[in-house]
Amino acid sequence: MKTLLTVCAGVIGLSLNMAHAATGADSYNLVEKGRYLTTLGDCTACHTLPGKPLFSGGVILDTPFGKLAGANITPDPGTGIGRWTFDDFQNAMSKGHGLDGKLLYGAMPYTAYTKVKREDNQAIFAYLQTVEAVDNKVETNQLPFPFNVRTSLIGWNLVNFTQGEFKPHPDKSEQWNRGAYLVEGLGHCGTCHTPKNLIGGDKNDNFLGGANLQGWVAPNISSKAHDGIGAWTEEDIVKYLKTGANRFDVASGPMAEEVEHSSQHWKDDDLKAVAAYLKDGAKPADAPKPIAANDAAMVAGKAIYADRCSACHTPNGEGVEGLFPKLAMGPLINSADPSSLIRVVVAGSRAGATDAAPTAPAMPAFGWNLSDDNVANVLTYVRNTWGNAAPAVSSGDVKDVREQLRPK
Amino acid sequence: MAKKLPSTDVVVVGLGWAGSIIANELADEGLKIIGFERGPWRDTATDFNLASATDELRYSRRQELMLRTKQNTTTMRNNVTETALPMRTWGSFHPGNGTGGAGNHWAGISFRFQPHEFRLHSYLSERYGKELSPELTLQDWGTTWEEMEPHYTKFDKLAGVSGKAGNIKGVIQEGGNTFEGARSEEYPNPPTAQTYAPTLFAEAAKNLGYKPFPVPSALVSRAYTNSLGVKMGACTFCGFCTNYGCANYSKASAITTVLPVLIRKPNFTARTNCEVIKVVMDSTGTKATGIIYMDGNGDEYEQPADLVVISAFIFENVRLMLLSGVGKPYDPVTNTGTTGRNYAYQTANSVKMFFDDKNFNPFIGGGAIGMGIDEFNNDNFDHSGLGFVGGGSTRVTPIGAAPIDSRPVPPGTPAWGSAWKKATVDNYASTMSIGCEASSYSTRTNYLSLDPTYKDPLGRPLLRITFDFPENDRKMAAYVTSKVTEIAKSMNPRQMVPAAQTGHWNSAPYQSSHIVGGFIMGADPKTSSVNKHLQVWGVPNLFVVGSSAFPQNPGYNPTGTVAALAFKAADAIRTRYLKRPGEMISV
Repeated sequence: MKTLLTVCAGVIGLSLNMAHAATGADSYNLVEKGRYLTTLGDCTACHTLPGKPLFSGGVILDTPFGKLAGANITPDPGTGIGRWTFDDFQNAMSKGHGLDGKLLYGAMPYTAYTKVKREDNQAIFAYLQTVEAVDNKVETNQLPFPFNVRTSLIGWNLVNFTQGEFKPHPDKSEQWNRGAYLVEGLGHCGTCHTPKNLIGGDKNDNFLGGANLQGWVAPNISSKAHDGIGAWTEEDIVKYLKTGANRFDVASGPMAEEVEHSSQHWKDDDLKAVAAYLKDGAKPADAPKPIAANDAAMVAGKAIYADRCSACHTPNGEGVEGLFPKLAMGPLINSADPSSLIRVVVAGSRAGATDAAPTAPAMPAFGWNLSDDNVANVLTYVRNTWGNAAPAVSSGDVKDVREQLRPK
Repeated sequence: MAKKLPSTDVVVVGLGWAGSIIANELADEGLKIIGFERGPWRDTATDFNLASATDELRYSRRQELMLRTKQNTTTMRNNVTETALPMRTWGSFHPGNGTGGAGNHWAGISFRFQPHEFRLHSYLSERYGKELSPELTLQDWGTTWEEMEPHYTKFDKLAGVSGKAGNIKGVIQEGGNTFEGARSEEYPNPPTAQTYAPTLFAEAAKNLGYKPFPVPSALVSRAYTNSLGVKMGACTFCGFCTNYGCANYSKASAITTVLPVLIRKPNFTARTNCEVIKVVMDSTGTKATGIIYMDGNGDEYEQPADLVVISAFIFENVRLMLLSGVGKPYDPVTNTGTTGRNYAYQTANSVKMFFDDKNFNPFIGGGAIGMGIDEFNNDNFDHSGLGFVGGGSTRVTPIGAAPIDSRPVPPGTPAWGSAWKKATVDNYASTMSIGCEASSYSTRTNYLSLDPTYKDPLGRPLLRITFDFPENDRKMAAYVTSKVTEIAKSMNPRQMVPAAQTGHWNSAPYQSSHIVGGFIMGADPKTSSVNKHLQVWGVPNLFVVGSSAFPQNPGYNPTGTVAALAFKAADAIRTRYLKRPGEMISV
C-alpha cells in the first residue's frame, strides 16, 4: 500500500514549433534547466494565480499608473504563447517586444531580462512548452488612458531601457559574475529593490537602494552599511534566501512569497554567488546620529516597547533567530521609509514557510489597540535604539498607512 | 446514506498530540494520510495573537478552546445504582477541540511515568502481597520501561522539554528528580527560571530533607529548534497559560511542534470540522474498512482506509469503540468485557497558605513553572501498614493569578461586598498553594459505557461515566495532604487551608483533565483492549492511542506518556506492521 512517488518529466508535451530544439536526453536536460530557471526567475509570481493552473496568468500588479495583469504563458495557441517561436520569446525577454512587435510594459521586467543569455532563454522556452496548455484569456493592459497607449513605451524605453546580454566583468571572479548575472538579470531583484523615477523606470544610479511598492518597503540591499544589509555576512544572505529567516530577520510580505516560490529552491552555489556579489565593496558607513533617548517620543516609545514588544523581540532588540526578527541594526528598521514597519505593527504580518524553516511565525496586529501616536512613538524608539538611527515616525505617517490598508 | 470516497492508506482520527505525532511519523513512510478533526484548524499565528490571547473572559471563563457541550458531552454518576445526568457545562475536566486538542490549553507539565508503573500490579503484589486491597483492579501495561524510554526521549526532543535529569543511565544526578526512571540522556533544555513561591517551597522542602527538583516543563526555557526543525521561543511567564493557547511559541503543542511540518507534506490532508461518527468494520468484525464522518455542512461520507488510527481524547476514543462495536463492552457485574474497563481519574489535593509578609507577584507564572518533590508519590515510600497504595506529585507551580479567577481569600470571608474586596487586596499577592496531584487507581465499579438516555445532536448515545473515588485513594489523599501540610507549616504562614480529596466525586468544580482508561493496553486480550503496540486485539488494522490505554493513573500528568505511546505505536507500524500487516502479538 506504499505510495510510490513517480516523477513525470512531461517531455511529451513538447509542441511542434519546437522542431529546432534538441531531442531525447538533451531535450530532457534542456527542459529541466528551463524548469530551474523559471523557478529562479519566479515567473509564477506574476503568471500564476494561487489555486489556478501553472502560468495561466491573471495576477494583478497594482502599479502607480494603474493595473496590469500577468499574461497567460502556457502553450495555449489562442490565449497563451502557443503560436510563439523561440525568436518571439527571445524578443520578449531581450527587447520587451510581444508577438508582432507589440511593446510590453516594464512590469514584465525585460529591463532586467534583457541580460539573460540566449541559451538560458532557450531552456526557459523549452520548459514552458511542456506545461499544460490552458485556455484563459487575460487582459494584460488594464491601465487608464493615456498609459494604456503602448506607443508611449517607445519614449519610455529610450529613457529607461538599455538592451543587451550580461557582459562579464573580466576583473571580477567567476562567482561574482554569476551573482551579478542572477541579480541584475533573471533574478530581477532591482524590480522591487531599486527606487523608481517619476515614470516608473529604475534609478540605476541607486541600484538596489530600496523602494516602496504596493505598500511594502523593499529595503536597501546594496552593500551600504547602515540601512543596507551591510551588517549581514554572505552566510546570512544565503540563509535568508534559502530558508526565509536568518539571525537578523524573517521574510514577510512579498519577500516571503519570493522565498516560498523561488529562492528556497535556488542551488546553493547560485545563492552564494548572489551573496558574494551583493557584499562586494561593503564598507562601514557613517551612521546618522540617533534621536536623543530623552526625546518625548523616545520616552513614550520605550514604555510601549517594554509592555507590548519586548516579550518576543527581547528587551535588547536582539529577537530570536528564525522566530522574532532582530530589531537592532535591521535594514528595514533603519530604512528612511518606515511604511513597512508601520504596516506590520498596525496590520500584522506572517512569515513565509519553507521546508528548512517551517514555523511561519506571525507578527500580531496591534492596530486595534495602539493609537497612531502609540505606533509612531514605539517605532521612533525602535528606529533609534540599539545602534539604530533613522528619522522619527509621525502619527501622520501611521494615519496614512492605515488609510492605505482600509479595504477599498 | 454516506457517500463513499476513494480509499486512502491511513485515516487518523483526532489531530491533538497523539494523532499529529502518528500522522507525521507515518507520512514519512510515504503513506497517504487523511487526518480528521471535529473542531477547527488552529494555528498560533492566526488564533493565538499576542494582542488578544491573554483574554481571561474569553478563554478561561467562556472556555473558547474547549469542546462545546452541545456538540458532545458526557453523563456522570457515582455508582451503578444512580441514573447518570449530562454535564451541560464543563466542570471537573476540560476536553479540547480543534487541531492541537487539549494539548493547546494544557499546563505543559511533562513527567515520565516511573519504571514500576508499567508493571504496577505485579510490582505491588510482590511488595505488599495480601495487603493490596481487593477493591483495586490494577493491571500491568504489557510493556516495560525499557520499551517506553526511547519514545519518551523522542517526545522530549519534539516538545523541547526543559528540566534537570535525576537519573541518567542509572547514575543519580544532583538537583534532578532522583525517583525518575533511568533516562538515556539529559533534557533537551535546561530548567526554566523559578519565581518566588516555588523557590520558597524548594528551600522549605530541602530543609526537611526532601530533594526538590524543577518540574519538567514543555514551556521551553530558551529559544529551541525542535526535532522537526520548528522554532519555539522562550517562555515569558506571561501568566495566561493553562486554559490558553500560547502566543509566544513557547508552550509545546501539536500546533507549535508538529503540524507546521505535517501540513507541508503533500501526502497528508487535514479534514477539519469533520466529526467521525463511527469506525466501519467488515462483516467478520476483524478488520476496520474505514470511518464514517460528517462534514461541516452536515453531509455524511464514508472514508475507506487500509489502516485506521483512533487518537481522539479518551472519551471519544472509548465512545467510538462502543458505537462501532469494537471489543466487548465491559460489565462490572460479571467483570467481563474490555471496552470501558478500568476508568480512572486523578486525585487532586492542595494546601493553601496565607502570609502577611510575602509578595509573590503571582501574576508572573506559567503552567509548568515550578518546583516539586516526589517523596510522597506512587511507591516512592513504604506503604506497609498504611492501608493504601499510591501517592502524588507534590509541587508549587503558580500558573499566573489572572484577575477574574484568582481571588484567594481566607475561609469565612463573605463571598461579595466590601469585606470580600478588602480581603482580596490583602491576600492577592501574599497567597500561595502547594498542590499534590495524586494517583487514581482503577476499581471494578469505575467504568465507561454508553448512556441509555442522553444522545448527541447526531442521535448517538453520550458516553456515561460511572466513577467515585475509591477508599484506597481517599486514604492516600489524607496521608499525602498531611505530609504536604508539614512542609507548609514549616514555612510559617499566617493561616493554612489543607484540602485533601474527600467524599464523592463531584463533577462541578474543576479538578483535572487527566482522565484515563476505558480501552486499556495489556498482555491479555481478556483484560485489555490493545496490545503493547496500541493495536486492537483481533482487529490488526485498527490502533487506538491515548490515555484511554492507561490501566490506572499514577501521580503524574499524563501528556508525556500519551505522546510516548503515540511514538511507540507509530514505531511499531513503521518497523513491523507495514512489513507484515497483521497481529503483531499473538496470544
